[in-house]
Amino acid sequence: MKKQWPLWEIFIRGQHGMNHRHVGSLHAPDAEMAINHARDVYTRRKEGVSIWAVRSTDITASAPSEKGPLFDPAETKVYRHPTFFDIPDDVGHM
Amino acid sequence: MYAQMVTSEGKAPGEDLSPEEQAFQDRIDAGERIEPRDWMPEGYRKTLVRQIGQHAHSEIVGQLPEGNWITRAPTLERKAILIAKVQDEAGHGLYLYSAAETLGVSRDELLEKLHTGRMKYSSIFNYPTLNWADIGAVGWLVDGAAIMNQVPLQRTSYGPYARAMVRICKEESFHQRQGYSIMMKMAQGTAAQKAMAQDALDRFWYPSLMMFGPSDAESVHSAQNMAWKIKINTNDELRQKFVDQTVPQAEFLGLTVPDETLAWNDEKGGYDFAEPDWEEFFEVLRGNGPCNEERLGARVAAWEEGAWFRDGLSAYADKAEARRNAQVAAE
Repeated sequence: MKKQWPLWEIFIRGQHGMNHRHVGSLHAPDAEMAINHARDVYTRRKEGVSIWAVRSTDITASAPSEKGPLFDPAETKVYRHPTFFDIPDDVGHM
Repeated sequence: MYAQMVTSEGKAPGEDLSPEEQAFQDRIDAGERIEPRDWMPEGYRKTLVRQIGQHAHSEIVGQLPEGNWITRAPTLERKAILIAKVQDEAGHGLYLYSAAETLGVSRDELLEKLHTGRMKYSSIFNYPTLNWADIGAVGWLVDGAAIMNQVPLQRTSYGPYARAMVRICKEESFHQRQGYSIMMKMAQGTAAQKAMAQDALDRFWYPSLMMFGPSDAESVHSAQNMAWKIKINTNDELRQKFVDQTVPQAEFLGLTVPDETLAWNDEKGGYDFAEPDWEEFFEVLRGNGPCNEERLGARVAAWEEGAWFRDGLSAYADKAEARRNAQVAAE
């Protein structure tokens, strides 16, 4: 074989109204074949109603070492959750 | 045990861990999953490539003994089911190759190693499927043994491997049930059909026990792989569990497990059973099983004879891309 088919990341919408979710990856020569392969590999038991295929090289991922700077600031911001506030029972459902 | 006797690249017991290695081990001990871009010891990476690669190879070589019966399945329904199962195995291979690729090795590289005999697949697939009942026995026993190993691997420390296992286990249960369904049909059939079912059990019993590999209670490789949680149970534990589960299923079929020493042991709450012939196991691993040459030959032929097709699709993709680029440039 002269060259290896590029790698694609596959996202499937499981049901109408749901998000596409990453399910895995596969090799395919082009986008059309990536969709065909994804159909064969990831939806043989009616697991999906829609497929996205994205070249793996087109995905930018955060680095594990950036975990602290990216996500730690949220730790001290508990007031972003509705449960932070005490609403008197008399007010009723809110 | 679709991956057998995986040699570990870890440090010897008692050897000191570097601070990085210790932090890594602490994450695993805390039940955290390791993801592709996380730091990992080179030994962990190498051992996983070996294990996942061997597992992937087993899935695709495992298509061959069953593919052998697709054209001769007794009914259209059985044929459709068998095709679906064999197609699943291809999918399982793909999930696993993909998981291995996240560790920085390419699928083509792994296939090259399989084709040149530098990587192995499970010993079980070097046995022939001689009659239709063998397809039942493979689903019932071989997939049953695989499930024993794969269910705990859903909790393995390497994220992509664990996720592949979750997907595989869902489908594997269909495989085992369709196998048992074939066995039930044969065992309840004519005397000749029942004899075929018994013959299949006779031939697949010990090779199925071998799938778990020889006892590794004393193995340092096994200890390291268990510390890394890329191996969850010892080979003996899994084999015992398999026997305990399978013997009553054989009794239900009215078939006899080909082991005169088989007896329930109240004290351990499990069966005592005879070990398979480990000499035979090592011979099969060395390439001298009944079908080693045929299986590898079929893999290599499929790869080589499919090259023009893979290249054709690549050429088409390149041409289409060039055309798109020219169009963009013209606009």
